[in-house]
Amino acid sequence: MTTGSGSRAVIAGVATSDYAVLPDMTEAQVHVQAGERALADAGLTFDDVDGYATVGYYPMYCVGMCEYLGIHPTWLDETNVGGASFEVLVEHAARAVEAGACEVALITYGSVQLSAMGRRIGGRGGTVSATQAWDAMWGNTLVGAYALAATRHMAQYGTTAEQLAEIAVTFRRHAGFNPMAQYRDPITVDDVLSSRMVADPLHMLDCCVVSDGGGACIVTTEARARDLPKAPVYVLGGAHTLTHALNVSQSADLTVSSAARSGPLALQRAGVALDEIDVLALYDSFTITVLITLEDLGFCAKGEGGAFVENGRLAFDGPLPTNTDGGGLSACHPGMRGMFLIVEAVRQLRGEAGATQVPDAEVALAHGTGGMLSTGATLVLGTEAR
Amino acid sequence: MSPDRRPVHEPAPLPEKAKPREGPPPDLEMAPYWAATLDGRLLVQRCVPHGHTQLYGRAHCVTCRGEVRWEDASGFATVYSFTVLRQHHSRSLRHLLPLVVALVDLDEGPRIMTNLVNVDPADVSVGMRVEVYFERVSDDAALPYFTPVAG
Repeated sequence: MTTGSGSRAVIAGVATSDYAVLPDMTEAQVHVQAGERALADAGLTFDDVDGYATVGYYPMYCVGMCEYLGIHPTWLDETNVGGASFEVLVEHAARAVEAGACEVALITYGSVQLSAMGRRIGGRGGTVSATQAWDAMWGNTLVGAYALAATRHMAQYGTTAEQLAEIAVTFRRHAGFNPMAQYRDPITVDDVLSSRMVADPLHMLDCCVVSDGGGACIVTTEARARDLPKAPVYVLGGAHTLTHALNVSQSADLTVSSAARSGPLALQRAGVALDEIDVLALYDSFTITVLITLEDLGFCAKGEGGAFVENGRLAFDGPLPTNTDGGGLSACHPGMRGMFLIVEAVRQLRGEAGATQVPDAEVALAHGTGGMLSTGATLVLGTEAR
Repeated sequence: MSPDRRPVHEPAPLPEKAKPREGPPPDLEMAPYWAATLDGRLLVQRCVPHGHTQLYGRAHCVTCRGEVRWEDASGFATVYSFTVLRQHHSRSLRHLLPLVVALVDLDEGPRIMTNLVNVDPADVSVGMRVEVYFERVSDDAALPYFTPVAG
């Protein structure tokens, strides 16, 4: 159908919008700010964009944003898998530029969920199909869904609340170096354990923050990127899948996430071994999300995640630097945080990560998790083509 | 298979300003399941070719794509996991807090979400044996709550 471009896909520009509290911005304005900054980072303008992708909570969201932006791209994507969507969109965009379907794909994210809370009239609304509502009648919450995974993991493997808390403590330490982070004051394991219980066994500080904010990235070809200012970051491999959708009852094993399949597949497609990964960006909606993802990606055996995260293993100056911007647990979580994982991974690979820079980072893995531990999407990024 | 019926309880009086529990949304595919709840019976779908069981109801077996039929379940289950909700975004459900949300594995196989009732949240554990406890929620359905097996 399309002729291959004969060139590898790279990320040529990244940016976040302002975050984490934006009372004077609309959702569309957050998209625009992030998009403009990512284009500027890449040395490009909206006139160069011939592909566009985003997701949001409304029908025809992607083309709606195009209309708002005044762009009319000939490649579009709006694959919504929740928080992992932006890893999927970048994977799709990489395939699109390699296939020659477009040359410069802009992917933007924007949300003002925090500031919109007071404004919203009558909730999000929308119809729910009977199958989506199968679990919904029991009054469970999003936190409750992840709490079910945590309870099961604890019962099956002896994982402790202290071990989960250590993840929150490490990422808060990273947030202390990020001037934009929503929460920056250091916390201890005891602080996490003594914070309010939201849904047993998850405390308030086991949960991501609620923020405004967005981000964007530019996917183009290696050939086009040669004329652009920033060193290209190669999209080495990507993969995504699901274990269930909005009914956690339909997960065969809540202690195993989609990362168990998307991770190995993405690494195989990238030609990268697990021990080559220098820096991780993992979706941290809750502490348990990180622990299960680490196990599923293969960094430790199933059930050993609790001991694995102890002793600052995930710290930027530790053996497996993870969420060096402070993550969703401390820096910001505007609802679908996957774009922030990509931005931070690219900054690490470019050596732009500031105080939490991992020396000589050459390969990064970003893994998004969406829904209720439902979907997973892995991206493997590198400074060199493979 | 002989139906294992249980009583269908009337909901307890609501505290002031609390809204009644919502019933399931109308769904042609699940109509037999909800009709049976009013009769104090819990159903599962079983496939004709291999005997795989499933819930929610689908057009075919998700394991083998074979034809499925509804049949009576025993009403007994084991707690797979649970959480105790201490806060809720929905004001109309706050009178239910602390609310025990559980995933239970029916003896017939399917895992379903439910609330555990008539139990102190501190006494709930993974692996606990429970049985169905019906409470009428509308003219069309009783909700299958679960409660610890007596003794």
